[in-house]
Amino acid sequence: MVLAEMPSAGDEETGPFVNVHVTVNGAPRSATVETRTLLVHFLRENLSLTGTHIGCDTTNCGACTILLDGKAVKSCTILAVQADGRELRTVEGLETDGKLHPIQEGFIEEHGLQCGFCTPGMMMCSVALLQKNPHPTEEQIRRAISGNLCRCTGYVNIVKAIQHAANKMAGPSGGGRP
Amino acid sequence: MTVHGGVGQSIKRKEDARFVRGKGNYVDDVKLPGMLYLDIVRSPYAHARIRSINIEKALKVPGVLAVIRGKDLEAANLAWMPTLMSDKQMVLPVERVMYQSQEVAAVVADSRYAAADGVVAVEVDYEPLPVVVDPMKALEPGAPILRPDRKEQTNRIWHWEVGDREGTDKALKESDVVVKENLYIPRIHVSSIETCGCVASFDAMGKLTVWMTTQAPHAIRTVFALVAGLPEQKIRIISPDIGGGFGGKVPVYPGYVLAVVAALKTGHPVKWIEDRSENIQADSFARDYHISAEIGATRDGKLTALRVKTIADHGYTDAAANPSKFPAGLFHIVTGSYPFEKAHVEVDGVYTNKPPGGIAYRCSFRVTEAAFTIERIVDSLARKLGMDPAEFRMKNFIPPEAFPFKSALGWEYDSGNYQGALRKAMDIVDYDALRKEQAEKRKRGELMGIGISSFTEIVGAGPSHTFDILGLKMFDSCEIRIHPTGKAIARFGTKSQGQGHETTYAQILAEELGISSEDIAIEEGDTDTAPYGLGTYASRSTPTAGAAASIAARKIRDKAQKIAAHLLEVSPDDLEWKDHKFQVKGVPDKAKTMAEIAFAAYTNHPPGMEAGLEAVDYYDPPNLTYPFGSYICVVDIDKETGEVKIRRFVAVDDCGTIINPMIVEGQIHGGLTMGLAPALLEEIHYDENGNMLGGSFMDYLLPTAVETPKWETAKTTTPSPHHPIGAKGVGESATVGAPAAIVNAVVDALAHLGVTHIDIPITPWKVWKILHEKRAA
Amino acid sequence: MTPRYSIAQEVWGVIPPRFEYFAPSSIDEAVQILDRFGGEAKVLAGGQSLLPVMKLRLAEPRALVDINRIPDLAYIREDAKSLRIGATTRTNDLNDSELIHARYPILSDAAYEIADPLVRNMGTVGGNVSHGDPANDLPACMLALGAHFVVRSPTGTRTIPAKEFYQDTFVTALESNELLLEIQIPKARPGQGNAYVKLEKRIGDFPIVGVAANLVLTTKGTIESAGLALTAVGPTALKATEAERHLVGKAPEDAAFQRAAEFAQEITSPVSDLRGPAEYKRAMVRVLALRALHRASARAHGGA
Repeated sequence: MVLAEMPSAGDEETGPFVNVHVTVNGAPRSATVETRTLLVHFLRENLSLTGTHIGCDTTNCGACTILLDGKAVKSCTILAVQADGRELRTVEGLETDGKLHPIQEGFIEEHGLQCGFCTPGMMMCSVALLQKNPHPTEEQIRRAISGNLCRCTGYVNIVKAIQHAANKMAGPSGGGRP
Repeated sequence: MTVHGGVGQSIKRKEDARFVRGKGNYVDDVKLPGMLYLDIVRSPYAHARIRSINIEKALKVPGVLAVIRGKDLEAANLAWMPTLMSDKQMVLPVERVMYQSQEVAAVVADSRYAAADGVVAVEVDYEPLPVVVDPMKALEPGAPILRPDRKEQTNRIWHWEVGDREGTDKALKESDVVVKENLYIPRIHVSSIETCGCVASFDAMGKLTVWMTTQAPHAIRTVFALVAGLPEQKIRIISPDIGGGFGGKVPVYPGYVLAVVAALKTGHPVKWIEDRSENIQADSFARDYHISAEIGATRDGKLTALRVKTIADHGYTDAAANPSKFPAGLFHIVTGSYPFEKAHVEVDGVYTNKPPGGIAYRCSFRVTEAAFTIERIVDSLARKLGMDPAEFRMKNFIPPEAFPFKSALGWEYDSGNYQGALRKAMDIVDYDALRKEQAEKRKRGELMGIGISSFTEIVGAGPSHTFDILGLKMFDSCEIRIHPTGKAIARFGTKSQGQGHETTYAQILAEELGISSEDIAIEEGDTDTAPYGLGTYASRSTPTAGAAASIAARKIRDKAQKIAAHLLEVSPDDLEWKDHKFQVKGVPDKAKTMAEIAFAAYTNHPPGMEAGLEAVDYYDPPNLTYPFGSYICVVDIDKETGEVKIRRFVAVDDCGTIINPMIVEGQIHGGLTMGLAPALLEEIHYDENGNMLGGSFMDYLLPTAVETPKWETAKTTTPSPHHPIGAKGVGESATVGAPAAIVNAVVDALAHLGVTHIDIPITPWKVWKILHEKRAA
Repeated sequence: MTPRYSIAQEVWGVIPPRFEYFAPSSIDEAVQILDRFGGEAKVLAGGQSLLPVMKLRLAEPRALVDINRIPDLAYIREDAKSLRIGATTRTNDLNDSELIHARYPILSDAAYEIADPLVRNMGTVGGNVSHGDPANDLPACMLALGAHFVVRSPTGTRTIPAKEFYQDTFVTALESNELLLEIQIPKARPGQGNAYVKLEKRIGDFPIVGVAANLVLTTKGTIESAGLALTAVGPTALKATEAERHLVGKAPEDAAFQRAAEFAQEITSPVSDLRGPAEYKRAMVRVLALRALHRASARAHGGA
């Protein structure tokens, strides 16, 4: 096995670099990263927020879902630098003052998770859904999470978990936008 | 007094607390100081000679520290390693690559990004060789011999058979009706949302710790010790939180070995996490069975005999993870829920230029293939006889009084009530009303189908007289220790990847020990602390380790009884274990709880007795267990596009004693979805040059919440007579039973056009083609 | 048209190659940078098509020009003559717009089926319209609606009709130093109805076939003008001109639609791939064209 010489500091072939300043879960965070650094790696490696997961390499699985200025997006297909100056919310930011977010409660109560790997992304997508549509129908829920893949649960209990959270957050009430 | 969290209660899961907070500890979350990253160069060719591997450019890439090639491993005798089926597989090739995406070299760098840049910079010169992708062609004389390293110069890996060949041939000849179907179950890929990976790290004393996505940490440790020559006490495998396994995280992948080698050579921890494309293209596939099945019956619909021949495409090496005596796994459960007097099964394993493997995707050691075969062909036979498929099954099921039932292929089924499960499914779905509706719709030219699958599973491998993997017997274990304050910790030789062991094992122990499940900590996956076990796959945890938990708990109760007697100043025989405590017979007020006994075990134990309150059990199951069920699927087909829509799916499952109904139901939901996927959506394709077509989630399409129906589940409970708490295991049942129900439904919808079988996945165009041709005819 | 599936490349990757990054705050600045790099710079809007190909290293631009900081490029508004959609309008904004649902439902039909809701939160209308992928859904809608694209270069602004825009697979009339600013669609009229119908193997997937239909009826109820275009059955989105001509003057009924659907089939050159054999795709063009035309007609009559 051939070992290379250790690269010298200030090597021009690395970079280009950029400073990225974001607000994550209400707190200002920043790091200097390459322009090509993906947002999901920025979160996991630079900010040590490993709750957001990586499950694919073609923008399909949704395990990396976070909220960017309140909208659910796939952080593996966004550059960290695109998030500069913006507000991010990750799974670590759902619990406040030791109290679980209704979506987290819903997932526990309704057995909406098994291995837990898709769960953070699933929950962030659900939070965005319920902010926009507090009383979604089952069809609307299934559509909303159609970009989040789960292999373990078969989705039935995930739907129930989201309904549980909807009831908790907005009070039980019928219908949603058609 | 009921105990909190005992067996049968749908308590919420303990593990959820960390997962919903994003505080799971998966392998890619492990971060060690000075950690390096490994990324792998892979072959674009399915079969090629390696002329040269030029790493000069790669070594100049900023951040790259090393490149490992086959010849580096050869020097340490590590270029090849054994598979779990005692075949061999390459860690890195020295001369030839044997499948597209095979590992060719490994780049070690100081960042994930630099490692990827390094991979791009490695230059490999290949000389393509003739490719063999068709296993039938691989067996023809004159086909290129893919494994010249083997003694027998053939692409046939092994031939395996069981049953009465002559008796079956005779019985079929003498049958009034015989139906034959050729079924191809294509390759699929398990694709758990977390891919495979590891972090390998040597400490200052030379002890190796590997955090690894593995379902069988102890077996891996032993294999590493034997293969790499590292002393076993200096190897620690930690299987932390695993994001889904389903069998795909049982094999030893080259990436793991490469990470260990890199850690050794660089003196730094090394992380390897594969990308999804690598996972689909190179890791253990599932299925790829070419099956020819024949079934016979009397004129009035009584089954006589079953003959099954299979060609098993294993890729370039047999890296399946079967028990060693069964290269085709437990495929000979193919007699299913029926009492065939004569049956014969033969399977030939074949090498091709494809990734190795065979066992994964919730298959219970090829039980998915078996259940699919029997439930499809029984349906075909019923149709040929003009009998309703439900009526035909009811007529032929093994009756409840026949258990334990010895099958014609050597299995002893522990218990079953097949009629009960099917009856319940038919009632829930209102079978008769559906048949009426179908008749009316058929008159109007609308396509609707009803499909049944009444499967019998075989899990819980397995008794030591028959079962081993690489010689390691397939017992499993539980070690319990109760603390002075009455809380407990229990460790197991299994490893959950989402099945909820931290909750369900605590429930078994709560029931046996009278301690709240909240007060029992469950640990798995660290080989330094957990008792030896063979891991979690093939639905074996509840039947083996769950049983070990019960037995270990009862050993503790034996000792606890003596301590209780000491505290109550009675003879141990005067006590009975009732209401989760030890009571003096006839004097219920004179009792001691396990908490009181535990305290005494450290402060006031009987003279002459050892202090402490702990036990370990290595459970050798006396038999396998046989979960079963009946599924009914209702489909509607769009005549114009051929799209199949599942309108309803009712699943009645029987897994014996149910530990946590909520968790069992979750397993069924997930299993059904992994049964729908191969039936309608998923398939791995190769072209004639061995190129995998569609090896990423862009083209390999998993079911989303939109395609997945609202599964309806119900239970019957027929306990296992030999399991300490009557439980059978359930993790894979639904994936075993569902595909046949779906295919039977589609065939049922098209049966009036003369269709008897459609190979999975049933894509819209397959249906359209049938309709188009029938219209034209 | 090359089949759409990913053959294992010599690179398996998640990590994009290096590039220079620019985030201009004006349109002029953006086109200057594009001009300077002479075709080696790419526009980063939503990035939902660009970043995936960069991660696979199928595209390695020397520079990315992030246009998300340019103000006033995202809007949906109607004026006297047109519906005007700014290029960086997110795909989901089409779904959320009451105006689009009410008056241009073909666009919400299509938007609802593009990729998945998360991708649609980032992906832009401009990106989907100008990427040049024959499997993108909006181009056929643009052709059916008779859209025009307003683009800016360092030398000025020009307008390109959609029917001249799509030249070949991943080849459009957009020059490498041009930036798409706005999509203009003829304002909805009374008696107009349109629809997009997509057949896919699984939700969120690329289409097997997609058909966009736009009908404007005279006060007598016959077809005054028709737009019919197809997705994923040729090297680009295809405008079914012959079918459109046939429909003009006819009653919006099955007989005319059947013939139009047949005309539409004739211009297709689908490829057999993981999303179906060519003969299936060709047959589905007919099925979907009928469905799209019927739905467009129902909407033209005031239905949904």
